Formats: sequence, structure tokens, C-alpha cells
Amino acid sequence: MDATTPLLEVEGLKVEFKTRRGIAKVLEGVTFNLEPGKTLGIVGESGCGKSMTALSIMRLVPIPPGRISAGSIRLKGEDLLQASEKRMRQVRGKDISMIFQEPMTSLNPVYSIGDQIAETVRVHEGLSRRAAFDRAVEMLKAVNIPAAEKRVNEFPHQMSGGMRQRVMIAMALACRPSVLIADEPTTALDVTVQAQVFDLLKELQEKTGTTIILITHDMGAIAEMADRVMVMYAGRAAEEATTEQILTAPKHPYTQGLIACVPHMADKPPPERPPLTEIPGVVPALTDLGSGCSFAPRCPHAMDHCHSQMPQPQELGGGHRVACWLYQEGAVA
Amino acid sequence: MKFLSVILQRLFYAAALLLAVIVFNFILLSLVPGDIADTLAGESGGASAEVMAEIRRSYGLDRPFYVQLGTYVAKVVQGDLGKSYYFNEPVINLILERVGPTLLLVVTALVMAILIGTLFGVIASKKPNGLFSHFVTVLALVGFSAPVFWTAFLLIVLFVAMLEIMPLSGLADPTTPRDTFAWYLDVAHHLILPVLSLSSIYLAQYSRLARASMMDILGSDFIRTARAKGLGDTAITYKHALRNAVIPVITIAGLQFSHIFSGAVVIETVFTWPGLGTLAFESILRGDTPTIMGILFFSAMIVVIVNLLTDLAYRIVDPRIRSARNA
Repeated sequence: MDATTPLLEVEGLKVEFKTRRGIAKVLEGVTFNLEPGKTLGIVGESGCGKSMTALSIMRLVPIPPGRISAGSIRLKGEDLLQASEKRMRQVRGKDISMIFQEPMTSLNPVYSIGDQIAETVRVHEGLSRRAAFDRAVEMLKAVNIPAAEKRVNEFPHQMSGGMRQRVMIAMALACRPSVLIADEPTTALDVTVQAQVFDLLKELQEKTGTTIILITHDMGAIAEMADRVMVMYAGRAAEEATTEQILTAPKHPYTQGLIACVPHMADKPPPERPPLTEIPGVVPALTDLGSGCSFAPRCPHAMDHCHSQMPQPQELGGGHRVACWLYQEGAVA
Repeated sequence: MKFLSVILQRLFYAAALLLAVIVFNFILLSLVPGDIADTLAGESGGASAEVMAEIRRSYGLDRPFYVQLGTYVAKVVQGDLGKSYYFNEPVINLILERVGPTLLLVVTALVMAILIGTLFGVIASKKPNGLFSHFVTVLALVGFSAPVFWTAFLLIVLFVAMLEIMPLSGLADPTTPRDTFAWYLDVAHHLILPVLSLSSIYLAQYSRLARASMMDILGSDFIRTARAKGLGDTAITYKHALRNAVIPVITIAGLQFSHIFSGAVVIETVFTWPGLGTLAFESILRGDTPTIMGILFFSAMIVVIVNLLTDLAYRIVDPRIRSARNA
């Protein structure tokens, strides 16, 4: 694989869920590429499709009521949406791993953490019990867990949240996957522990060259971790660019809103500090999205045709893509 | 060391509990009107007041109540449960003769209820709206509502009277020579109906419980983690989910062991199974106080032992309890 081939290509991904109120279009044509060894951040509010994108890549979308209705997900050229379930079991944990938001409940309470890490290795690499156990100890050391030889026999309830998330990372990286999906890995953790987990992820990425998809709603985490960012809104990519471009020159009104929402340490204390801004309104129900831009009802710049037609992603140069009528050349009046 | 001290503490509680059982049984049974003198006099067609007093004196019934109680407790502590009025044999011998068939019945019924119940629950949980799942729900309702003796009679009508493929009663056919392979087979054959009747309630309950707890567990985060690791359905269901789902079943089964033990009295009587249940039932009719007290004490001891074992089983299955109780 030469350097220009993307590791993972997601194209036109559509996912629907059958609900009591009709079909919810959870993903409406998501497209992005992963460059090897880099970190892609996916940001957006709850329900915008971040986690569903991750679950689709793992083919873990609950079917039914869910359905992947269109698109392709190619890992090194192989379309995972066409792969058999058996093949997907080989991919999961081996080529693509995932860590979750809730370290407190994401580990099985009745097995020791060593067992749980070793299990992954045994399934994918067919190692002996002994060798898999040694790998578990080695992985615990790699994620900076002190006294790894001793703690490997401990159970999840004997560890703190931060330690458990380290165990999850050790488990996810045990088979040296090419892609690690981290779905809000620090949301449930203390702020100081959050920084430690991010530092650890960066350190491991430098050592192993793993590509990371970081799903978050925290702009600070993006600034810290990501090389590129995709901002999602109501199942679509609103904007995609380098982290620098997103943070310093956001184009989409939604991205601008998100960044304006973040409080800064440098701000003066009250009463001089301006009140925090917010984006008015709420995310629309995914069951009744109209034909127009789904952000239009909340957008300060909305024009007439924003409410009737969906803008297509537009390349602004330098890999900066945005789906907004403000930047559309020859916009339909 | 911590583990040892926990065990010692539990044993201490168990001993205290058993002592309380002895005292309460003694008090309760001495409140029952009529004693051995009345029974013997009744059987021999009447006796004079002097003879009655003589009988009472020979059994020590003329002494003050607390002396009788003290004597009994002291004897039980030394392993002496007294002599049966009816058989004129040490009660402990009577019990040891009968305990085998009872344990065979109770343990088989319990193990069957746990294994089949859990298996039904697991299969039903895979398709919560499937046909089998509804079958389990109905089975649970029927099994739980039906009294064991009624179930027993229905099974007798069906398998003994109509189909004629099951024996009616007893431990084995009296013509089969004891302790041969054929005899064991015969015992197993005789065991089927009592076990089915006795386990029906529990099987129904456990399948419902296992179904609910499996469905709960299958939706939890660590099952999603297991899928993301690339595990197959079998490993997820039987390794990651089942071990968690079986915890409530063990809890309930341990708590219910005493119920199933008392249910055995009814079932043994229906099938004339030569166990402690029939002995207890007959001894009550005969007013054989030492035997009744002996059986009550012995059953209490078995229940206490089983509760201790349940506690141990817990520790093996659930590491959280291991450290929580040690702490």
C-alpha cells in the first residue's frame, strides 16, 4: 500500500432506523478518508450520527431495527459492507478496534482484566494461554499501569475509571490494529485523567502508527488530538478540514457556533466576561427532516433556498470541504 | 486469612442458628397436646393413672420443662438425637437410613430445575418475541401456579394410568436385587415422576428469571465490547453473558432450597418415596416426638449447609462478592 492510498474510505454511507414515528435517517451520505497514522476527529452534538458512523465501520449497528441502506466502507480496498459476518469477526479487534465512553461498564465484571485482554489475542492470533497472558501483561505495561504483573489478575471493580479505560485501550491495541475508534473515551472521566488518557493515546500512536478516529463533542479534545476534523450535523458532514482550519477559520455556521460555545481560560472573569454563546434551537427529529439544509432552522445566516434545498459538500481548496449555501458557487436562487 | 475468618464467622452464625432451631422445635412440640404416655395407653387399650405416671417418669417427662430442654440440647450437641418412641431405635439411625433417597430426590430436582431452567431462559432470551420465548412465559405461569401435589397427580394419571410407562411408587421394584446395575436403573426410572413434579415450580421460575436476566445482560456495555473484540455468538452468550446471568438464579436457588426440601415431604408422601418426608409425615401421625424433632433438626442443618455452599458458589462466580465480603 503506497502512502497515497487511504487506509479506510467511507463513501456515501446511509443508515436508517425503523422507529414508531417512521424511518429515522441516522446517517445521510457520510463520506471521509483516513490517512494512515493520523487522527480524524468527529465532532457534533448528541444524536448527530458520530457513534453510528463508528458502529457502521465495525458493522455493529443493531439490525433490525437499523439498516445500512447505501454506501461503502473500504478497509485497504476491501468493502466491509459486503464482507461476511465471519470475516467481520476477524476484522473486529484485529484490524479495527474500538473503545467506548463508559469504562465503568464496558468490561465484564466476572472475568479478570488479564483474561479479557488475553481473550482478544487468543481469538485473533491463536496464542497459547500462557503467551496470551504474557501479552496481556506487556499491554498493561504499555498503557502505563503500575505493577502490571500483579494487576493483571485483578477484576474491573478493583480499578478506577481511568485505569479501566487504560485496560480498554490495552485490550483494543493488543492485536496491533491499523484503526482504533475511540468513542468519547474520556467523557466519563475526571479532567486530569482525561489529559492522561489523551497523552497515552498520542504516545501509543507515535509508537505503533495506529490510525485513530476520535469521536467527541469536546473541542478541547479535538485541538489536542486531531489532525483532521469532520463536523457532523443530523447525519451529514457539515464541514471537514484540518484541525487548524476548523479552529481558526471555521466556515460552516454550525462549526462557528460550536467553537463560539467553548469557554476560554484567557477570558476575563465576570462581570467583564461576555456571556457564553449558545446555538439556539435543538437538533431536528431525524424522522422528519425536510428537503432543505437540516441546520437552516437554527442558522443565523439562513436564506430562502436553505429551507428548500440541501447544499452539497463543496471543496474550498486545501482539503477544506463545507456543505453550506454561503459557499456554493452559482447557488440556486 | 480473611477468607478463613469469613468462613469461621459464617460457621459460628450457622451453629447459633441451629441451636435456636432446636430450642424452638422443642418448645413448639411440647405445646402440642398429648404425649407418649397417651399414645402408648391408647394403643394398649387404656391404662391406670399410676401406669401413665410411670411411663412419663421413665421418659423423663415428669421433670421440669427447662431440665428436659437442657438435657435434650446437651444430647444433640453430642450427636445423640434420642430414641424413636415407635421404632425404639436411635433417631439418628432412622434418619441416616432415609436421608439418601431424600437427597437424591431433592438434589436431582434442584439441579434439573437450575440446568433446564437456565437453558430455557438462555434460548428464550435469544429471540425475546419468538415462539419459544412465549412458551417459556406460559410455562412459567402454569408451573408457578400449579401446586406440586396436583402436578404429581396429573403426571400419575398420564404416565402411570394412561400410558403405563412409569412406576406408581416406591424407590425401586421390590423384586429387583439391590445394588445391581438393574437396580440403579430401576431407581432412576422411579425417580422420574417425583423429580418432574417437584422441580416443575422451580424450573418454571428459573427459566423466567434466566430469560429476564439474560436479556438484561445481553444489552449491557461489556457485551458490546465483546462483539467489538471479534467474538462469536456462542462465546458471547455462553461465556460473557451466561456467567453474569446465572448469578440471580444461584441466589434464588440457594434461598429456595428450604422450600424444595419441604415440597419433598408432599412429593414423597404422594409417591411413597422412602425418604425423610414420609418418615416425618408418619411420625407426626404417630406422635413420635423424638423422630419429628430429629428430622426437623437434621433438615435445618442441611438447609444451613446448603446456604453456606451457595455462598461459596457465589464467590466462585462473582468476583465482586469475593472482595466485598472480605473487606
